[in-house]
Amino acid sequence: MVHSVDDDRVFKALADPTRRLLLDRLFERDGRTLTELESELEMTRFGVMKHLRVLEDSGLVATRRQGREKLHFLNPVPIRLIHDRWIDKYTERHVSALADLKTQLEETA
Amino acid sequence: MSTMTAQTTQVYSIFIRATPEQIWDAITKPEFTAKYFYGSLVEITDDAWVGRFADGSVGVTGRMIEHEPPHRLVHGWRALYDPDTANEDESRVTWEIEGQDGGYSKLTVVHDRLERSPKTAESVAGGWSYVLSGLKTLLETGRPLAG
Repeated sequence: MVHSVDDDRVFKALADPTRRLLLDRLFERDGRTLTELESELEMTRFGVMKHLRVLEDSGLVATRRQGREKLHFLNPVPIRLIHDRWIDKYTERHVSALADLKTQLEETA
Repeated sequence: MSTMTAQTTQVYSIFIRATPEQIWDAITKPEFTAKYFYGSLVEITDDAWVGRFADGSVGVTGRMIEHEPPHRLVHGWRALYDPDTANEDESRVTWEIEGQDGGYSKLTVVHDRLERSPKTAESVAGGWSYVLSGLKTLLETGRPLAG
């Protein structure tokens, strides 16, 4: 199923401190070039490119061409999808477990 | 949430298991938009894009800039739902739909020209992810996003 493959890519992309740092940098200021991002990291241009490629493949980074430059943007949608798919599901269960407990306690009271 | 200034160009993209035509219908027809766009009924005319709430009041409106079904829709964005954002300059929303392999399409929403509309930029920053997630769920399952 493509959906779970997409999730795998996002989780793998997030499972690296340099890539999370790149996302945080883009969160602070979006629409940056490779050169700008590279200047803030102690890493070779090739290394930063490799990480950006993984982020782009996962959908977490979107790129737009502007003239001769390629700008990188944080795309928050895959994180939202994980939130809707995973976080909501478990918090809902938690809430319904509490609701069940309340019903049970009130019935026996 | 962060107190950072919201971005003046915001890019959102998502893969949806649907044809470009299905996505086009889902973003331009009120019976679809009502199910994922904060209940808004979207109407498109030759010169405007209008999002109305169920009570008929206009939530968002803007000029129609480009209308090329089923691949490209560009329109202005003035958020009238809040007096603070209603007084700001019109910003711009670009919808791009590209067919992909395997029955998928890629939808990209670019909300830009927000330089003179900081309150609007902040207001839409979380909203687009919610809207696109709901659109994907609707098209792939036929149901609105739960909750």
